[in-house]
Amino acid sequence: MSLVAASAPQTFLRSRLVLNWLGVVPFLLFATLFLLLPTMNIVVGAFRNADGALTLDNIVALFTPSIRAAFWISIRLSLVTAVLGCLIGFAIAAAIVFGRMPAWVRDSVLTFSGVASNFAGVPLSFAFIATLGRLGLVTILMRDWLGVNLYGTGFNLISFAGLCLTYLYFQIPLMILIITPALEGLKKEWREAAQILGATDLQYWRMVALPVLWPSLLGTMALLFANSFGAVATAIALTGSALSIVPIILFAQIRGDVLNDPHLGYAVAFGMIVLTGLANLVYVVLRTRAERWVK
Amino acid sequence: MRGRLWSIAVVLIGALYFFLPLIGMFEFSLRMKRGVYSFEAYRVVLGDPHFQQTFGYSVVLALLTIVLGVLIVVPTAYWIRLRLPSIRPVVEFVTLLPLVIPPIVIVFGYIRIYNTSSWLPLTGSWLGTNLLILFGYATLSLPYMYRAVDTGLRTIDVATLTEAAQSLGAGWGRILATVILPNVFVSVLSGAFLTFAIVIGEYVFAALLNLDTFGPYMVWMGSNRAYEPSALAVIAFAITWACMALIQLLTHFSTFAKARR
Repeated sequence: MSLVAASAPQTFLRSRLVLNWLGVVPFLLFATLFLLLPTMNIVVGAFRNADGALTLDNIVALFTPSIRAAFWISIRLSLVTAVLGCLIGFAIAAAIVFGRMPAWVRDSVLTFSGVASNFAGVPLSFAFIATLGRLGLVTILMRDWLGVNLYGTGFNLISFAGLCLTYLYFQIPLMILIITPALEGLKKEWREAAQILGATDLQYWRMVALPVLWPSLLGTMALLFANSFGAVATAIALTGSALSIVPIILFAQIRGDVLNDPHLGYAVAFGMIVLTGLANLVYVVLRTRAERWVK
Repeated sequence: MRGRLWSIAVVLIGALYFFLPLIGMFEFSLRMKRGVYSFEAYRVVLGDPHFQQTFGYSVVLALLTIVLGVLIVVPTAYWIRLRLPSIRPVVEFVTLLPLVIPPIVIVFGYIRIYNTSSWLPLTGSWLGTNLLILFGYATLSLPYMYRAVDTGLRTIDVATLTEAAQSLGAGWGRILATVILPNVFVSVLSGAFLTFAIVIGEYVFAALLNLDTFGPYMVWMGSNRAYEPSALAVIAFAITWACMALIQLLTHFSTFAKARR
């Protein structure tokens, strides 16, 4: 008698548990088929040779001069745009938060940043070609007004510097969007307390504000690094295949096996995942650190 | 006072950097007729049947992606809040993965798994390839969609609403469609506009899956024409701007509605 009484709620519980899990099956199926499996497939492919046997040859092949050079350009490009994006974005965010600007300036900067951080890809590169290309607006204005031949000075939009300049158009706004809340989170009392104790502005920044902010700053820098490392469309539309950065090589490899070795292609993709993954990990870790001050 | 001047200088220089390319692309798009500014490039682009076809295609893909995204994300986010709060960190982690794994790697995986000689040869047929890109775009929009919907769900009492609906005799489908969805509609819309902005000009997925959408069309124009690409960039910028403005308007509107309550 007591046995029946005990098992009835148990089956009820069990069926409820089954139902609970059934509810997330569509999502798990979707995520597995279109996100996890495809990625795993590439990762596993990077560690196999043409016969399907496990090998590290593909990873070793990543260090052949041409591939290593491509990774090095990509890493430099991402580093430069992340550091500059961070510094400039920080300066603009600080200006709108501490500069006693009217509220509409702050709001417009933030709204515009939302748009610009999403205005990446093909149209962005067209905008820069129309501005700094050989017939671009700025190029022509400099020639007609200042008598400066921009392309005579060695500048070329289809180059490392040109790509940096273009990437900053979505990197700086992303920084502004992320760091503005952090700057607004700095409590007025901290500054007042520092002032009462006789600290100068510089001392306040060096000893109070920056130590609180640095996890956010470094974390965002890591995020910007990943953001530019994975960018493909902007680079392709701007440079065609003139610049051998990793995403462009991978794109050409997927289209037509330019490396003549499919498994080397997987290894290149794997290398990309590792770098963007590491950068995001740094971001997450530092973000949790940063949030300790926001209560 | 000196700090203020500095701030104004920084904002002005920033504005210069950000507005020059916009002015540049607009000015360039007007230069098609020699010697005078005209909207000729826009007339040519808008009249191009290939433009109409690819743009329409991308709009349809974007709308279908939004529907698919809503169908996947809303029930999942709801169910996790209601019944499985313990696996929320896992699901959240998965939804953020498309920001970590570069899209080009994801589509590379698709081509490997779903090619014509695989167990599920999606790329072999027109319908299959379109389905594949839809699911791909839904994956790309997952981080934004999930976060938007989850934030929306946080503001309502999911458990009480569900129990109230159930005691009135509603089934799961009815609860989701007539109780939960209307309550998170504003959040869903802001996720939807962002998805629209991302999908409409997307290049890598479409190009590698050989689909003739707006993104590849823009790249083709970029390497074959002089003035039309700038007109296209202006159009794309206007779309991005409109999507973001609508999101802002929605959030503004919803906080206003809440404050009045």
